Amino acid sequence: MDFSFSESQKKFRQEVRSFLEHEIKEGLWEPRCDAWIQGYNPEFTKRVAQKGWIGLTWPREYGGQGRNHIDRLILTEEMLRYGAPAACHWFPDRQIGSSILKYGSEEQKREFLPKIMRGEMYVGLGMSETETGSDLASLRTRAVEQDDCFVINGQKTWTSGGRFMNYVSLWARTDTNAPKHRGISEFIIPIDLPGISRIPMIDITGTEAWNDVFFDNVRVPKKYMIGEKNKGFYQVVEQLAYERSGMERLMGNYPLFDALIKFVNETKYNGKPLAQDAVIRHKLAELQVEFEVGRLLIYKVFITMDEGRVPTVEAAMAKAYATAFEQRLANIAMEVLGPYGLLWAGSKYTPFGSIAARSYLASKGYSLQAGSTEILKNIIATRGLGLPVNQ
Amino acid sequence: MDLSLSEEQEMLKKAAHDFVSEKCPKSFVKQMEQDEKGYSPELWEEMASLGWLGLVFPEKYGGGGMSFLDLSVLLEEMGYACLPAPFLATVVLGGLSIMDIGSEEQKEQYQPKIASGKLILSLALIEPAMEYGPGAIAVEATRDGDSYVISGTKLFVPYANCCDCLLCVTRTSKQKEGITIFIVDTKSSGIKCTVLNTMAHDKLCEVVFDHVRVPKESILGQLDQGWPEVQKIVERGDAAKCCELVGNFQWTLEDTIAYAKERQQFGRPIGSFQALQHYCADIYTYVEGAKLSAYQAAWMLSEGLPCTKEIAVTKLWISEVSSRIFNLAHQIHGAMGVTMEHDLHFYTTRAKSVEFSYGGDNYYREATAKAMGLA
Repeated sequence: MDFSFSESQKKFRQEVRSFLEHEIKEGLWEPRCDAWIQGYNPEFTKRVAQKGWIGLTWPREYGGQGRNHIDRLILTEEMLRYGAPAACHWFPDRQIGSSILKYGSEEQKREFLPKIMRGEMYVGLGMSETETGSDLASLRTRAVEQDDCFVINGQKTWTSGGRFMNYVSLWARTDTNAPKHRGISEFIIPIDLPGISRIPMIDITGTEAWNDVFFDNVRVPKKYMIGEKNKGFYQVVEQLAYERSGMERLMGNYPLFDALIKFVNETKYNGKPLAQDAVIRHKLAELQVEFEVGRLLIYKVFITMDEGRVPTVEAAMAKAYATAFEQRLANIAMEVLGPYGLLWAGSKYTPFGSIAARSYLASKGYSLQAGSTEILKNIIATRGLGLPVNQ
Repeated sequence: MDLSLSEEQEMLKKAAHDFVSEKCPKSFVKQMEQDEKGYSPELWEEMASLGWLGLVFPEKYGGGGMSFLDLSVLLEEMGYACLPAPFLATVVLGGLSIMDIGSEEQKEQYQPKIASGKLILSLALIEPAMEYGPGAIAVEATRDGDSYVISGTKLFVPYANCCDCLLCVTRTSKQKEGITIFIVDTKSSGIKCTVLNTMAHDKLCEVVFDHVRVPKESILGQLDQGWPEVQKIVERGDAAKCCELVGNFQWTLEDTIAYAKERQQFGRPIGSFQALQHYCADIYTYVEGAKLSAYQAAWMLSEGLPCTKEIAVTKLWISEVSSRIFNLAHQIHGAMGVTMEHDLHFYTTRAKSVEFSYGGDNYYREATAKAMGLA
């Protein structure tokens, strides 16, 4: 047993921090909550790519760094701590690349992986549909084989990064006669193919967080199908474990935690810092405890990956835990701020850029996307504890 | 980073598991609850011959030279079985404290006896005022020639009823932190011990010191400088207690899941109902957090790294989730779980007592607040 980081890991963390601090000092961007998913900044992504930090764990033969998952966790942890605008490369780096590595053809690996690692491929996720949420296998978007193409018709929704993606990762039905889990295939599609259109969806904070994406007789060359035909559902289940694996939820609103600690230290009430109010002090200490435990749960996910296993249960646990944490953090921040917490940016009374209000509202979406807390707990109970599966 | 036990630790865990499963059935736990001593001297001897009592002491003092992390593995298995014995009190609160701050003579005097099972120790810290802090220590030790005279009352002293010696935390100066630890022979005249009737029947005692005379050589550590040492003793004790609780939680998880799979209602196992599945998932998550955080603290202690913050994290987490885990476990077990016929109560009651040992949660909240940079 060893809970420490190796010297090279510590050095790497320092290297990432120096890079990010330099970026902030140069005024290239400002730290923001949820910038990993909403921070569109292709120049930043290209600078990260130049450091070799996209595809860190991928094999060297495809241009990756062949490093372990703990290194990648350190990288993402620091990106989140500094609220870096990493949305352009986050999905391909986190899950699309590993899916291509595992299921893609040699040709697909050679085509897509270098493009991702150069920071030029921004991939949105086309999973959910209006009638398909937690029950992903019920999706209705069709892909019909015709000559050397699949013809795609249907609608995807809640597509994160849909605004700026240049590729969409799509799951569509290729066999309507097979049982619902066995008739789905996976595709990666350039977004400029004729017949694809997008409209924005505005989230509860007023941000264009997602897109509806429409497919109208889109002819997709067969070479863009990933893995085996009709095996797409099984491939995506594994990919979802990677999607849920990370620090995103525990640290997605870390800039808020940081700002809150600073606020209670600097704000005086009856002549004393708010931090010395017993109730506030205890609540924040308890949040810190939850944060530290969450961090351990997530490290366990990455150690599982380094052992070569798919972290299905570990990632479900980490994500369900961490989304509850971020909701609690945002709520405590709102409690501390009182009515000031209600203000959007722009008012002279707004405390630290209204990130508490944003987090409070935005965090309600994260216990739904990438597996609702209910689905995750089902996974923990059935896959982790062997309780009977409900049909 | 590596979260797995070594091969030796796995072997120790397996051996400990087999041993306590055989020697400590619930009938034994129940019997010990009613027993005057609260532990079995025969079993204690067996534990000594297995090398458990001296496991973490250096070989030159008759020990096994193993680490705190190795000890944690044992503690976890003891918690799993609810083993009633003054193990943590003797080895961690007593033995490791002497190892840490005792003089060479004291180590030579006590460690071999502890390792061979001939000496039982405990810590007399908490007082009726129930505060944790140097200011709350009112039991006084007054200098009289070559000895000190101790008077006052200590409460919640684990296994004081069967101890040979107590580490007694006393006030030796009017200054707030003027605290001194004495090793007191419990056969000294003027000591009166009464077992308190607690919900876990876990032999927490009241110890009244009425002009108890001890030689000045029995000071452990420095005169008037004992408080920082007390904090180290308390933190180490809590880390150990947390490891024990990990075993307690693990049993509770396994038992609850087994019941959810087996118990049928409406023609199907109750574990197939989503509401109960989610309770189970929650328990599992709480237990995983407990395990990872307790092992992190134990590992850091083993490595000799400063770890007040990590101990605070595991202690606060375990105290918080303990009541959540048992509320859910009892809910899933249904009414049988709240009877004396079922074994769950052994775990519910023992888990509860951790919240109040030894430093108390306020101490750890404050430690966490400081570590996170609160003003």
